[in-house]
Amino acid sequence: MSRVIYKEGREPHPREHRVVFKNVDREGWDPSMDMYLSEGGYDQLKKALTLKPGEVTDEVKKAGLRGRGGAGFPAGVKWGFIPPTNEKPVYLICNADESEPGTFKDRYIIHQDPHQLIEGMAISCFAVGAHLAYIYIREEFPEGAQILEKAIEEAHKKGFLGKDIQGSGFDLEIYVHRGAGAYICGEETGLIESLEGKRPYPRIKPPYFPAAMGLYLCPTIVNNVETLCHVKHIMEIGSEKWSQTGKPNNTGTRILCVSGDVKKPGYYEVQVGHVTMGELINDICGGLKDGRKLKAVIPGGSSAKVLRADEKFTIGRGDDAKEISIWDIPMDFDSLAACGSMAGSGGVIVIDDSRSISWVLNNINNFYAHESCGQCTPCREGSLWMKKITDRVVAGKASPADIDTLDSVARNIDGRTICAFGEASSWPTESFVEKFRDELVADTNPELEGVVVNAETLTAAANL
Amino acid sequence: MSFEVPSDLEKEIDERITHYPVSKRSAVLPVLHALQHHFGFLSEDAVEWTAAKLELEPIKVLEVVTFYPGFRQEAPGKYHIRVCRTLSCAMAGSYELMESICEKTGIDRSGVTHHNPIAVSPDGKFSIEFAECLASCGSGPVCLVEDDFHEAVTDVDSLLSQYP
Amino acid sequence: MSEEKTDLLDVQIDGVWHKFPKGTRMIEACKQAGVEVPHYCYHPKLTSPGNCRMCLVEMGMPPRPAPGADPAEPDEDGHLPISWMPRPVIACANTIGPNMGIKTTGPLTEGCREGVMELLLANHPLDCPICDQAGECSLQEFSVEHGKGESRFREQKVKKPKNVEVGPRIRLDDERCIMCSRCVRFTDEIADDPVLGFTDRGSHTVLTVYPGRELANNYSMNTVDICPVGALTSNDFRFQMRVWFMKETNTIDVNCATGCNTTVFTRQGKIYRITPRQNNDVNSDWMPDSHRLNFHWIESEARLTEPLVLDGDHHRPATWSEALTKSADKLSALKGSEIAVIASARMTNEELLITNRLVKHLDAGHVDTVPRIEENDGYLIAADRNPNTNGVKLILGLDDPGSQLDAIREGIEQGRIKALIVLQENLVGDAGFSTELLSKLDFLLTTYPLANPTADVADVVLPGACWAEKTGTMINVTGRLQRLNKVVDGPGATLEPWEIVRDLIQATGGGNGIYAATDLFKQLAEQVSEFSGISWEQIGDLGLPLIETGETIPLIEREKERIASGLVVG
Repeated sequence: MSRVIYKEGREPHPREHRVVFKNVDREGWDPSMDMYLSEGGYDQLKKALTLKPGEVTDEVKKAGLRGRGGAGFPAGVKWGFIPPTNEKPVYLICNADESEPGTFKDRYIIHQDPHQLIEGMAISCFAVGAHLAYIYIREEFPEGAQILEKAIEEAHKKGFLGKDIQGSGFDLEIYVHRGAGAYICGEETGLIESLEGKRPYPRIKPPYFPAAMGLYLCPTIVNNVETLCHVKHIMEIGSEKWSQTGKPNNTGTRILCVSGDVKKPGYYEVQVGHVTMGELINDICGGLKDGRKLKAVIPGGSSAKVLRADEKFTIGRGDDAKEISIWDIPMDFDSLAACGSMAGSGGVIVIDDSRSISWVLNNINNFYAHESCGQCTPCREGSLWMKKITDRVVAGKASPADIDTLDSVARNIDGRTICAFGEASSWPTESFVEKFRDELVADTNPELEGVVVNAETLTAAANL
Repeated sequence: MSFEVPSDLEKEIDERITHYPVSKRSAVLPVLHALQHHFGFLSEDAVEWTAAKLELEPIKVLEVVTFYPGFRQEAPGKYHIRVCRTLSCAMAGSYELMESICEKTGIDRSGVTHHNPIAVSPDGKFSIEFAECLASCGSGPVCLVEDDFHEAVTDVDSLLSQYP
Repeated sequence: MSEEKTDLLDVQIDGVWHKFPKGTRMIEACKQAGVEVPHYCYHPKLTSPGNCRMCLVEMGMPPRPAPGADPAEPDEDGHLPISWMPRPVIACANTIGPNMGIKTTGPLTEGCREGVMELLLANHPLDCPICDQAGECSLQEFSVEHGKGESRFREQKVKKPKNVEVGPRIRLDDERCIMCSRCVRFTDEIADDPVLGFTDRGSHTVLTVYPGRELANNYSMNTVDICPVGALTSNDFRFQMRVWFMKETNTIDVNCATGCNTTVFTRQGKIYRITPRQNNDVNSDWMPDSHRLNFHWIESEARLTEPLVLDGDHHRPATWSEALTKSADKLSALKGSEIAVIASARMTNEELLITNRLVKHLDAGHVDTVPRIEENDGYLIAADRNPNTNGVKLILGLDDPGSQLDAIREGIEQGRIKALIVLQENLVGDAGFSTELLSKLDFLLTTYPLANPTADVADVVLPGACWAEKTGTMINVTGRLQRLNKVVDGPGATLEPWEIVRDLIQATGGGNGIYAATDLFKQLAEQVSEFSGISWEQIGDLGLPLIETGETIPLIEREKERIASGLVVG
């Protein structure tokens, strides 16, 4: 294989370990079938088709591939939830709704390496027995949708999709399905309802676990773009070698998307857990802006609980337990969970001391209030209430008691909604109030205790 | 004015519907996208047409149309702009970008509400709204003009000059 | 384990162990155990979206042993310890599991309820003093039990459409709507008329009727009944009366042979509204609008309030005694073959029994009733628009009600029939009689609640009580015996039809001795074999199956299928 050269100024950082993003920003690379085939494209699909579907699933299970969409659930285990006695059709859906604020990785896979995704999907479909699959892509990726449709057409022509793929007897159709601008469609049951042509109201679980009762109430596997791409690489290098990257229970590489107050925001594919927050910010992203100090980091998309720069965290268990600072947090699923947050979708938002915490929280609350589907009471009513309170905090029209109310509204959402996205609307507020209460209170006015202010003027103040 | 779907558009729509062999209802979004792409927005007639096409009650289509900010029920400007409002872009200056575009195009956003998020320039050339996270947080502020994606937008004049 | 054999599962509710059939929803198990779990969106006849979150409860299961560890030991009663989950679960859509624990009290459950209540009230207007739902509003009710004393909501509430005419009979206040979706599910799942839906999203979600369409189906008002708040209100009942002032009487609908079970709301002798009353064998929880609204005529100006006798060419008021004596004189002068009786399939079994006695006493040559066969609506309205055709068949012994009307008309025409007793029917219009024909009679007696063309040409006109003013039983289309209960007193000198017939028998020299409709029911039980062994009390509020008719009620059959599929609880 020829040496991979990247476009000038777009070279990966030496700490990166490019697998899924190998072809992103690559010099001379294009998203065509010919280009993909020139580097062994679809060989892994051909290989998979010679195996038994269960063998492919076993490989993914052994690799320990955890979902890259947000929840970090092991993909092979998810596939295994299809009832063994199932006689209904099985569907696979690629979740390309990429809508968690701070996350921007699937966009580049889709735009620059679509065949990698299609091959990963085809292998996965073969493993789970799906003959019909959809790529649910957010509406705001119009070009991405076109690129994918072209790639699907090419794959059809080459016999990698359609009837009797490569003479294996396996049939598969993949279609691109565009969303229309709704965060909730990233939630897998909301996505399924949307794909059924309904309002994307998430389903209650139980009984509607997608692997048993998903699309059209048939077993359905929903996986993230990055996750499905990894399936191809697991086939290529084998689960054993693949799982040697990353660290135990946090195997493989993942793409960290860094935005906010760093010198070089961007996407960086690293081995899971091999870089710390400090290395990510200071080495890979070129550090904070000149003269600035770190205030906080949201480590896994805007739903992830915020980490305060001067916090102490305990990771590891028993004898291995140790206290660390934010700089030393290894960027992996388990460590970030141990720090009270989550690796989520890999979207790292860095906040420096120039930022008003009230403003940041208000911006996030605006997002959740706008994106709440409105199906269940806590998220529907609570997300807008939290936004309105922080609107007032930002406008200097809140009292210290409002911060208590804010916190309690969040706690009345957490754990009580139909879906994880609903309760996620409470996590920013919960964590910001917990960690930055002083700063929020400093933006309030005790004299406004109990005063009802005219919210009309606030809308303008909050610049909605 | 009567609502007529050109035959080539209907052909395209019919082809899209075949992507959903299990349930035609699944084709609601693609049908609406195709109609909005052609007509610029989704009129009541478009909703009725979609319902008839997919054998649905019109309310089931209206429920979907009104849920998604990606669908519009009124005509936008010739070029519709969506500026990312969410955190990383806001930190990178998306509110300032919004202000600047409005200033240069003469758009007045003071009447914008949750139900009517779009404001149109007096000459009808541009319309604008805030969109939530456009998933390019590392290169903010970003915006979509029609289907064109623009990142790290600092020069508003040169942005607007691309749209005659 | 014995549980598996019988399919009964042990469930602990608030510390007490119970047994419930496998598949029971948690909320229903609690209800059976006497513990009410507050809820808004859940309705046992509709699918469960789980959206209101009011029924969140604390739940636990036996601990899952760590790998290699011994499983937990059951206690002396065979119950495993319960490992309580930190997160609450909805009781409406989840089914019970073996050895499950449910806590409907305690900090977790109570905290959830208080939190959900506060959030529901955040954008809900505080217009209870002018809201029709006040007094029967679940939001109000639970707010007392689970709410905070004061509101912490200092923001402007979301503005939404108010006073929207969503249909000819229903008005919508979107600000009061808590988006439980019961009405949407009812129109989708039961009424097959999906015109309601939600538009927009989040806190701005609006319940909408599709522009240009109406919620106008004949079952639309059931959405008012199931709306847990005052979002959907009835145009007919709106602002008429506070619910807490009204008396509720359980009875049945008489507009068709289904006999929907109803509750009639009255105050000081006036009916204000009728709502369906749950009976899973008859009408589930629903009833047709046309039937529930068919009561305003009871207060009509046209009500007959006293006996009338023909005096020359006009009617004049008379006492009961004068009217009956006059009737008896006329009837006694005739042979039985010259007398015909047309009774009504709207009469109760008790009335029909005593009518039968009148027929025998007079040895009347003809007896029949007026049939009303139209189309079954596919839901709850039976093709037979008479409520008690089965009673007519059983008690009057008419195999084919209506089949003798031609012969009676012919008899009158030819002068063979000289007297006609019409009980609770208007023959002109409903039964194809003309006033010219009826004028040929020597004697015409009619009982009816309202003035009508038959009464216009009658020699004696008697004010007979309507359905709401009398007590008795009827047999519905499926053969179910149901009780009609007196709701209000009839106006003026009105008597229940069975009293009129009793007095007529007495006036013509027959015996009496009956002082209550229940006495007649006792006689039914003695004289009609199908009724043997049944007591008035036994019939109860829900009735009981009496005879096999082979007929079914379409909506009920569909509901059974949905229950069998597990889609709804039933």
